[in-house]
Amino acid sequence: MQTRKKIMRTALALTTGAILFAPGHLFAMDASDAPETVTIDSLAKYYTPVEFDHLMHVGYASCEECHHHTTGVQVADPNCLRCHANTPEADEVSCVGCHAADRFNDTYLSTLDDPRIYHIDKPGLKGAYHLNCIGCHVIIEGPTGCQDCHAMTEAGEKLFNTGKHAPAGGTSSGAKH
Amino acid sequence: MKKLNRRSFIKGGLATTAAVTVLKEKKSAASGDFDNYPEGMGVIVDLTRCVGCRSCEAACNKEQNLPEPEVPFDDFSVFDYMHHGEKRRTDETAYTIVNRYNPPEIDHPLFRKVQCNHCNEPACLTSCFVNAYTKTPEGAVIYNAKVCVGCRTCMVACPFYIPAFKYSSAFKPQIMKCIFCYDTRLKNGEPPACVEACPQEALTFGRRKDVLKIGKQRIRETPGKYVDHIYGEHEVGGTAWMYLSSVPFDKVGFDTHVPKEPIINSVKEFLAMVPMVLTIWPGLFVGFHLLATRKDKVREMEKEAELKKTKENDEKEEQA
Repeated sequence: MQTRKKIMRTALALTTGAILFAPGHLFAMDASDAPETVTIDSLAKYYTPVEFDHLMHVGYASCEECHHHTTGVQVADPNCLRCHANTPEADEVSCVGCHAADRFNDTYLSTLDDPRIYHIDKPGLKGAYHLNCIGCHVIIEGPTGCQDCHAMTEAGEKLFNTGKHAPAGGTSSGAKH
Repeated sequence: MKKLNRRSFIKGGLATTAAVTVLKEKKSAASGDFDNYPEGMGVIVDLTRCVGCRSCEAACNKEQNLPEPEVPFDDFSVFDYMHHGEKRRTDETAYTIVNRYNPPEIDHPLFRKVQCNHCNEPACLTSCFVNAYTKTPEGAVIYNAKVCVGCRTCMVACPFYIPAFKYSSAFKPQIMKCIFCYDTRLKNGEPPACVEACPQEALTFGRRKDVLKIGKQRIRETPGKYVDHIYGEHEVGGTAWMYLSSVPFDKVGFDTHVPKEPIINSVKEFLAMVPMVLTIWPGLFVGFHLLATRKDKVREMEKEAELKKTKENDEKEEQA
């Protein structure tokens, strides 16, 4: 009788412990937590917003390949693992949560003085999108041309001297460009 | 007293020569040691990130009000353009250009952006005798057309062939080159237009010392991705714009034979000699000449006096 009670008690303690101190990834997010599509429009100026088919991309890449350590799934990059081996799910998993739209602003650049900061090379939002997307698209032969993902706007055509704003040709002094 | 023999004389002579050489070298190195502006800004260009979209070229063209291009900036046929066997280069209509390279080591092309590297000790600045160039504390090498006389010495001096001359306005001389967007952006603490336009963040802007740290971190933490060298860290005494590459730099159009020290160091001794030659030498040699010819003059005068005397004597004798 005494033995049975003991076993029961130990089992209960173990279960509670396991729940309390479980490693993060038991509660990690998975694809079902994600939105089906994400509209990427915060930087749209020269190009139209991108309707990003998140659901479709889940089939190509696992969460941590794009979201690093933030979804609670163990990260693949050995450099990240040095600190983020047991990092639980973050409050914010969207790109803009960590990657600033204006990376090179004065305030950010002055924080680099702190010698304790490891992430001195965190890309800005635009860099994060393109490095992540194009990096993978090159490998799996996805679309890599600028307008394969987002069409150029009128402002873009003006900037690039293309479309409606294409040079007349022949008369310009910029012969080689 | 110790007797001075041949051996100790030679020893002493050698020691003195060595000491003089060491002291002299130390002195010339110290005078060439310009620590740069420690808070100066810089950019590190990562060739492994560039996809050749030419957004930087387009942004530069608009920011600097440069002439309309011959072909649109989304036309990639320019990468095949060759002129006298050379790829495109910056000129009076384009302060920055991107060229494509196909190094045999890798199976995909690499793109290299070219613009003024904004040297710590610019050769253009050194060579300019009207001081048209300034290296600002923010790191930019800027140019003042108002004082330029159009001699184009800076174009010869630049180790990267960057300054271009606006030949269309020869009577109003104007050198055209990247100024790090100093007037419109850099002096307000903003990154240049090309950096802001780059989708891939192949251009990373920050204080030079910080972007150098970033470059070193990338090399260290992704072994095998980069060659272990940052072009511009030491080239020509250090430049504000620096490069990371996955193949040796000479395979992607970089001049790897530029000296590791500022260009001025190679001409400093000569330049120091110029005022001496121009001011001291004339007086000195005129003095030597006068001294050397004095004897002749004295002799001539003596001769003349003697002649006069003989003449007088002769006259006296005749009279007598």
